[in-house]
Amino acid sequence: MTDRAQTATADLLDRRAFLNRLSLLLSGLIGLVLSVPILAYLLTPLLRRAPGVWLNIGTTDTFKVGETVQVAIEDPSPLPWAGETTRTAIWLRRDGQTDFTAFAVNCTHLACPVNWQAQAKIFLCPCHGGVFYGDGRVAAGPPPRPLPRYDVRVQGANVQVLTRRVPIGGD
Amino acid sequence: MKLLKRAWAWLDDRIGWSSAIWPIVVHPVPKVNWWYVLGSATLIAFIVQVVTGVALAFTYVPAPNAAYESLDFITNRAVFGNVVRGLHYWGSSAMVVLAFAHLAHVFLIGAFKFPREVNWLTGVVLLGMTLAMAFTGQLLRWNQDAYWAVSLMASMASRVPLVGDLLVDIIIAGQTVGGATLTRFYATHVFLIPAAMFVLVGLHLYLVIRHGVSEMPRPGRPVNPKTYRQEYDELLHRDGIPFWPDFAWKDVVFALVTGSLVLLLAVVLGAPELGPQANPTNLEAHPKPDWYFLWLFALLSYAPPALESLVIVGLPLLLGILLVIVPFTAPAGERSWKRRPWAVATVVFFGLSAGALMWQGHRSPWAPVLHAEVPASVSGDLRGDAARGSALFASEACLACHLVGGAGGQRGPDLTFVGDRLTREQLIWRILYGGNNMPAYGQMLSPDDLDALVAFLSERRSR
Repeated sequence: MTDRAQTATADLLDRRAFLNRLSLLLSGLIGLVLSVPILAYLLTPLLRRAPGVWLNIGTTDTFKVGETVQVAIEDPSPLPWAGETTRTAIWLRRDGQTDFTAFAVNCTHLACPVNWQAQAKIFLCPCHGGVFYGDGRVAAGPPPRPLPRYDVRVQGANVQVLTRRVPIGGD
Repeated sequence: MKLLKRAWAWLDDRIGWSSAIWPIVVHPVPKVNWWYVLGSATLIAFIVQVVTGVALAFTYVPAPNAAYESLDFITNRAVFGNVVRGLHYWGSSAMVVLAFAHLAHVFLIGAFKFPREVNWLTGVVLLGMTLAMAFTGQLLRWNQDAYWAVSLMASMASRVPLVGDLLVDIIIAGQTVGGATLTRFYATHVFLIPAAMFVLVGLHLYLVIRHGVSEMPRPGRPVNPKTYRQEYDELLHRDGIPFWPDFAWKDVVFALVTGSLVLLLAVVLGAPELGPQANPTNLEAHPKPDWYFLWLFALLSYAPPALESLVIVGLPLLLGILLVIVPFTAPAGERSWKRRPWAVATVVFFGLSAGALMWQGHRSPWAPVLHAEVPASVSGDLRGDAARGSALFASEACLACHLVGGAGGQRGPDLTFVGDRLTREQLIWRILYGGNNMPAYGQMLSPDDLDALVAFLSERRSR
């Protein structure tokens, strides 16, 4: 092979290596550019957290002292197609004139809905048999933590609950 | 006629049917037995799922305010709607069963060994995706079970260290399980996972062609990576048969049999009952997964609380890792199950465990039985305190967890003859202080009620 031919081959290889790298780099760049808006769009729920809102759930005289009742709260900013799922159930207990406690219905074991047994004064979970006392403490079964709570307050004659993310995990 | 022939010749030339595709269709395979039909049967089940799924998507509306009604329409009013939904439902069961049978067969005949390790790995990923499809599909019914299953899944995800809460946010996509959650699962079920499955099924099949269908294992003929390929080629030359139709007829016959069974189930039993619509404020729910996840449901009840998070996160991870390392633990050597007792033991162990756990999950003896009543055979002749105690036994939710005369829950001991075992003092102690997974009733019972309950219970004797 002549020197010239050798140089030409070397040049060609350099050129190939360059084009190879360039193509891979540009492909990666295209992927990156596309994935930024798509991933951010998919992660909307993390980026746009709805702030808690105090909601009226009834006047104080609708609740009897010592009783625990199921109350539904409306999602303050539901999607128009959310249907029944705009509402969330909570267990509300009136402890005194202005003392209220609001429990989440989600069992701390695996988030199944706990049922209040009014006479026995316990919450029973239908999934794996978790039991909570009336004050939310674990009485029996697999739940690792007490029932999570919602913030609740009395404003004038109204009982208000602070909306929050459904207490699954954490809390 | 001549025109048709010319048209075909033109098309054949352009698409390469005779030169490129046909040789693959008739490529030689070893003579193998009927067990080798399981893989193609899984593929056919997948195709049935795609076709029926697309059909269902023509009517299904993936929004919480309409999903349930659209399913109700499909089930009760659309022409053959119940059959199509039934095919999709029973087809998914068939696919899960066939995929696991295929896995067990491939494992037992050592077909994952050299050079087919990546065939196995792509199969493992496909199996995981099949289960993910089964789960996400169940959620699209948007009934009570589906609604609480999402919560349950999110709750399990929350146990993952560090990123648990992030996963919950990604799963439920908002403040609550609601409008954004369903579309998320819909897109995952009909686009995301199927797209990935198409790619992987293609890869899986390509690898079957590349490495050939594994020959039947013979005891005492171990795989030696140095000579295997040559031996395999010689075997094919010596007594290979064309895949189509010499082996494929078995695939077709088996597909016809399983397909007919699925169709029969779809026509006779139809799709599963929808049950009540998803409603977060309806707490009368007894969420239970479809059968493929009953084993996990049961395991989560039996796991000791201290180890629970480990079981939730670690067990699926461990099972996944075990499946992935299979081809690397024994890439060569004996293939026949007759010489691999541990392989047989593994399949028997996992088969029996899954079976037993699914049976327990189906029975759910740990679940409280709400609204149970003390049977008349027990309460009929009672007087005074004991009669009042009998009523309290139901209203204080004792019956939710304890059996009396055949009614009630099975979480706690059967108390039908508890009077034989425990004295009055022991009964009082247990009721007041609880323990052994029983709530302490000390703060909740009045002394009178306690007396009545104890009177009722101490009379429960076999005599």
